[in-house]
Amino acid sequence: MKVSIDAERCQGHGRCFSLAPSLFDADDLGNGFVLGDGTLSAESLELARLAELNCPEHAISIEE
Amino acid sequence: MTTEITKVPVSDFATDWDHTDPTWVSDPYPIWEDLRERCPVARTERFGGGWFPATHEFVSEIANDTDHFTSRTVVVGNGRPGEEAMPAPIGVAPPITSDPPFHQIARRLILPAFAPRPINALEGRIRALCSRLLDNVSGHEIVNGGTDYAQFIPPSVISTMLGFPEGDEDLFRDFVHIVLEGIDETDMEKRMETFAPIEEYFIRQIEEHQANPRDDLTSYLLNVEIEGNKLAPEHVFGTMLLILVAGIDTTWSAIGASLYHLATHPDDLARLVAEPDLMPTAVEEFLRFYAPVTMARLVKEDFEFHGCPMKKDDWILLGFPAANRDPDVFDDADQFVIDRAVNRHLAFGLGIHRCAGSNLARLELRVAIEEFIKRYPKFELAEAESVTWAQGQVRGPRNLPLRILN
Repeated sequence: MKVSIDAERCQGHGRCFSLAPSLFDADDLGNGFVLGDGTLSAESLELARLAELNCPEHAISIEE
Repeated sequence: MTTEITKVPVSDFATDWDHTDPTWVSDPYPIWEDLRERCPVARTERFGGGWFPATHEFVSEIANDTDHFTSRTVVVGNGRPGEEAMPAPIGVAPPITSDPPFHQIARRLILPAFAPRPINALEGRIRALCSRLLDNVSGHEIVNGGTDYAQFIPPSVISTMLGFPEGDEDLFRDFVHIVLEGIDETDMEKRMETFAPIEEYFIRQIEEHQANPRDDLTSYLLNVEIEGNKLAPEHVFGTMLLILVAGIDTTWSAIGASLYHLATHPDDLARLVAEPDLMPTAVEEFLRFYAPVTMARLVKEDFEFHGCPMKKDDWILLGFPAANRDPDVFDDADQFVIDRAVNRHLAFGLGIHRCAGSNLARLELRVAIEEFIKRYPKFELAEAESVTWAQGQVRGPRNLPLRILN
């Protein structure tokens, strides 16, 4: 399982890195990016889903 | 200064909406619920003609459609910006009044100053400010959440960021009033004249910063370059105006509305005091439920939007607060749920014009509430009937007398 952010959709609302700072961070413009390669463990999957469901721009996706 | 216009009371908000109508100002939520069911895009002939989409779906669609809608002006009024006003794509207050492709250039200039790292560095300063404001009313039986507290927090923070002198905060509240509430003026030239005190103040600050450059936003705007050229003076002025106006009564309203909620919902107040870990979801729910900011667009050219015959220069009142109450998107949309885990609200807008100051707004809101409830874990509305709400596109309580309880 991997999480990713569509940089075209992200507008820097900051929900992902606030909810899941272990998975996401902000760049110098305040846009979100995925830390590392985005591989999710069983525990981090739940956090990633929470971020996905709270992103106003629907910019986060989780793939098998 | 403002042309007197006698307003005819609204008979039906579906065909004659007016966001300055006293019913809308005091409690807009039942109106929006009704419009969502009946319209869902309401029409008005007021303000020279306009539309109000009431659903999350249509608000989102318009916010993301920069082909059909321009941000040339974002405050609904009786006048339209004439040919003399700075046209799209720059507009009077870039980047909020800018359209693509210039919008992105202007936005990228200011985003770094409002990114999480520089903003989070302000937390200690904001906390000290809140604490000082509470010290000023220490021992009072009634503390005014608006005029003793919320209204002072954002002006002080914004003033610091722009590098303006301490003690000018009262002036900024007047400036905000001029920009946001002079909307009945039909003569755009007269409307621009009312901006003169703001212009004079900014010119003084700019001259002072040219003489003594320092590490603040004003010096940054004066020195930053786009493709090797410094910003045009009107760009510097417009962005300073934006930061001042957009940074003040928006967050002031959010802080006030959150205190209003806690004063009227003792169970939520007791829970938040007992469980500080709820603060992140509480802040997002305050923002969803009491979203203070409504934006506007103008229709670029005649076209049909979901059966609505939109005409060039029709207003769109972009009701993010209404979208936030749409039951198609939010479970129990009309209920305040302090631990709501999934909350895809639009309080900061959507798309390319997402509020550039959202990190700052969230920080100020969280710290202001934390400090208030730490000092006063129990309080209630002192005189419910005396609470007044700001009229226009920024909604929040202005007079908010709170009785401190033991």
